[in-house]
Amino acid sequence: MSPQGGEGAAVIVIGGGVTGLSAGWWLARDGIDVLVIEAGAIGWAASGRNGGGCSHHHSPLFLEEQRLWPMLDELLGYPTEFRPNRIRIALDERQFRLYRRALENGARQGFRTDVLDPPQIRELVPFAGEAYGGYFYHFGGHANPHRTVQAYAWALQDHGGRLLQHTPVLGFDTRGNRVAGVRTPRGAFACDQLVIAAGPATGALAAQLGVALPLMSARAEMIVTEPLALMATGAVDGNGLYGRQTLRGNLAYGGGPHEWVELQDVGARAHSTVLQASIARRLYALFPKAAHARVIRSWAGFIENTPDGRPVLDRPASLENLTIATLSSVGFGLSPAAGRAVRDLVVSGRCGFADLSTLRLGRFAGLEPGWRALQGWLPAAAGGE
Amino acid sequence: MVPPGSRPHAPDPASVTGKAPPIGEATDLLVIGAGPAGVSAALAAAGRGVPVTLVDENPIPLSAMGEEVPLHFGGRMGAVVANRNAMLEAVLEASPRLAEAVDAGIDVRLGTAAWGLFPRRLTTNWIGVHVAGLADADRAYLIGFKQVIVACGRRDMGLAFEGWERPGVMGASAAYRLAKSYGALEARTAVLLGAGTEALQIADALSEQGVRIAAIIEQAEIAGGPQKLLARLVGKGARVLTRHIIEQASGDSRGVTAVRVAPVDGLGRRTGQPLQSIECDTVLLGVGAVAAIELLEAGGCAVRFQPERGGHAPLLDGSQRTSLPYVYAAGDCAGIWPSKTLCEAVARREGAIAARAALEALGVRAEGAPEAPSTPDGPAADAALERLAWVRAAILQAPGDPQVCQCEEVTCADILSLRPPRYLGRPRAPGARESGGLAALEDVPPHPDAVKRLTRAGMGPCQGRRCREQIAALLALAAGRPLADVPLATYRPPVRPLRLDQLAGLAESAAMAQHWDSWFGMPTQWVPFWRVPPSYTVAARCTEGPEAAE
Ligand SMILES: Cc1cc2nc3c(=O)[nH]c(=O)nc-3n(C[C@H](O)[C@H](O)[C@H](O)COP(=O)(O)OP(=O)(O)OC[C@H]3O[C@@H](n4cnc5c(N)ncnc54)[C@H](O)[C@@H]3O)c2cc1C
Repeated sequence: MSPQGGEGAAVIVIGGGVTGLSAGWWLARDGIDVLVIEAGAIGWAASGRNGGGCSHHHSPLFLEEQRLWPMLDELLGYPTEFRPNRIRIALDERQFRLYRRALENGARQGFRTDVLDPPQIRELVPFAGEAYGGYFYHFGGHANPHRTVQAYAWALQDHGGRLLQHTPVLGFDTRGNRVAGVRTPRGAFACDQLVIAAGPATGALAAQLGVALPLMSARAEMIVTEPLALMATGAVDGNGLYGRQTLRGNLAYGGGPHEWVELQDVGARAHSTVLQASIARRLYALFPKAAHARVIRSWAGFIENTPDGRPVLDRPASLENLTIATLSSVGFGLSPAAGRAVRDLVVSGRCGFADLSTLRLGRFAGLEPGWRALQGWLPAAAGGE
Repeated sequence: MVPPGSRPHAPDPASVTGKAPPIGEATDLLVIGAGPAGVSAALAAAGRGVPVTLVDENPIPLSAMGEEVPLHFGGRMGAVVANRNAMLEAVLEASPRLAEAVDAGIDVRLGTAAWGLFPRRLTTNWIGVHVAGLADADRAYLIGFKQVIVACGRRDMGLAFEGWERPGVMGASAAYRLAKSYGALEARTAVLLGAGTEALQIADALSEQGVRIAAIIEQAEIAGGPQKLLARLVGKGARVLTRHIIEQASGDSRGVTAVRVAPVDGLGRRTGQPLQSIECDTVLLGVGAVAAIELLEAGGCAVRFQPERGGHAPLLDGSQRTSLPYVYAAGDCAGIWPSKTLCEAVARREGAIAARAALEALGVRAEGAPEAPSTPDGPAADAALERLAWVRAAILQAPGDPQVCQCEEVTCADILSLRPPRYLGRPRAPGARESGGLAALEDVPPHPDAVKRLTRAGMGPCQGRRCREQIAALLALAAGRPLADVPLATYRPPVRPLRLDQLAGLAESAAMAQHWDSWFGMPTQWVPFWRVPPSYTVAARCTEGPEAAE
């Protein structure tokens, strides 16, 4: 049964993307009464439109990301299609240098990487052509975002958590320094604790509660080909692209420039553009032996970024019972760990397994008010319609 | 955003700004589709000082036909379609007005498919102009346009039964296209499934060309199409079996050799009376003509289920204008109804109406009195109810479990039980919720795209053109909701499959190559956490460092 207005929950999570659903699942696992409220359908935003990559060695959540993915299917009870490891191919020396950073960051945290020479690449990656060099990272990997979103949602419900789709949170009730509940077209829902994990809308929702979270939204695109013969390792990317061969055999890749968009326009459908040709160009260079694979679809998604591009996972000091969670455009792979971190923040006020001090909101206290313009993060001049 | 008087700041170098591709070609009025509506639109706009470009994907490359793109050709194209020049000639011959268009100074491009409309709008603003993606046999390219008239016609609703993947099972419009435009339909004896206006009209035309229509199978009580056409077909030997459904197509390596048809009741249930076998080499799927809206929908024009327009069709004003004011739809892709099907003049008139409005938008005053708007004059039947009835009879009530999505091999039961795809290995114990089937999505009726994400139904190389109407009907039936309540599965460019090397060949700007990063190109995003400074300001931010995202 779907919850009705007037009821409440110990914890309300706004946002049915991977961050909110994972947080809800972790909370429900602990027997906490949690309600995830989603404006549309779960995973309809970035969480269902991403590359599925799980290799975020720069993040304080990296170790937990790497620990959780291999056991996630079992923990959730549903398949995520996670596959470990990642090969990255450099077509020139510059790329080779760039991709070395993952080797270094991984090594510092105890993970192995093999450097690949062109013959090894040809052997490991049947679609590859002449490469400069590459890496085999014995960490990271990829999963199927659609299946992962649904797995979180079902696992959350299996543990007694509740999910309400097609219900936008429009406003809040506050009492003193506390959020007392949320308002929706289906009525008000009271809560003891509130989590805002609403993707691009996280900033606007927090602002309603007097919390300034600087965010800007952007549009990014991907393409997918028809299914091809499976490569032994599907997690092959590089040449400026991220992506994977799906377990069905499709090549699903993205990359390249993003388009900054105003938050009020994020509600509309995210359309892909002719950028798909530039993605195809780089995919063709990466996999010349897949020249004849037909591109059958493209898509786009909206994601938010903080001014430094890093997540905010924090409990703002001005309110006693609010947790905010934006993964700043890199949130799919980190979601198992981010959800656990949110659970910790909600339950005990601090993360018990990682140092989140670099993800605090307070780092933006001195941010220039005109930061968006200063960084050039503005939509291309309006017009056309 | 920038305070008045202050110096504007450089745009984010990693964003799309300033990276628009060179648009090698431009036209004022682009017309897509050279059927009656498109040719008439182009001719109406010709000679008015406005560049007009008319593109049509015919002749379609054999390789695309073999993949059932853009129609369900069912492998019934004659060997001659491999001869491109012969096919070009055939297409020109079949449509004498095309020559007229060339003579009128219209830039006519045959064998040229439009695979995307990319309007300039708020969130896709970087190209600066409206462009369309085109592709011919050799290359893909962009063309800028100011106004576009989409006249892409129709395709056929697919309908699954055991053996419908066999060569010879094909869309009725696909057969018509092969016969009329190419003179290359390889069919001798056909069974027609469906007896509405569109189906009977095509069967009649095919029988004129020597195809024997052995039987007309209709699940409804009566054949809904024009009785005159029906009588003519019966006069030539067609048997009419109403309250029947094809249960199975059997055959050999070359395709269908016979169908077995079962009598059904008003709910599509088998009556228990004996099945009949009918010999044929071709099965014409004529259960529903579907407006070819993929370019319009993917481009962002508002589309609704409009029973009077035969299903999903663009929302139009009296001048055939869609919700995007510079995009028009004319002919079948604007909606299909019997009087339009029976009289080509309706489609032509729509083309002319659209052309007049487009010319006016381009600042060219129209000549003569405006035409009255083209409006559906009442459907002969309710497209929604008919589709549901066909799917109920052919699929839900089938003794077996027909494969609805051929590309991804997804059966009816797979869809209804939300079964994970085959590659995940079957059988396996489903998780607790998963075993609840569609209901586990807690979305009634479920969005076909959500079902696609989990079952892969509609995700394959034919881009869902053979299965999407069936899937929508199944979801409506399972939810007990009207078909119009089921959202439309989205279309996405390229709406024609394009070879990777072909799409890759599009020209791009030097700026694109100079600053390409896999993700946002923001050095601070990738600073490892052990090196992150405690506070962040724009002034103090680091802008150096490797950006390649992970
Ligand atoms: C093309 C693309 C490729 C990507 N590739 C990768 C990758 O390879 N690896 C990786 O880790 N990340 C990747 N990402 C980023 C990743 O997808 C996102 O960071 C992640 O999905 C964010 O999840 P989320 O739950 O925080 O936000 P979202 O997925 O945006 O979900 C937020 C949800 O909140 C809901 N919501 C908003 N406002 C309200 C309201 N008022 N009331 C109720 N609900 C509301 C929205 O409807 C939405 O469903 C990619 C993103 C894109 C677009």
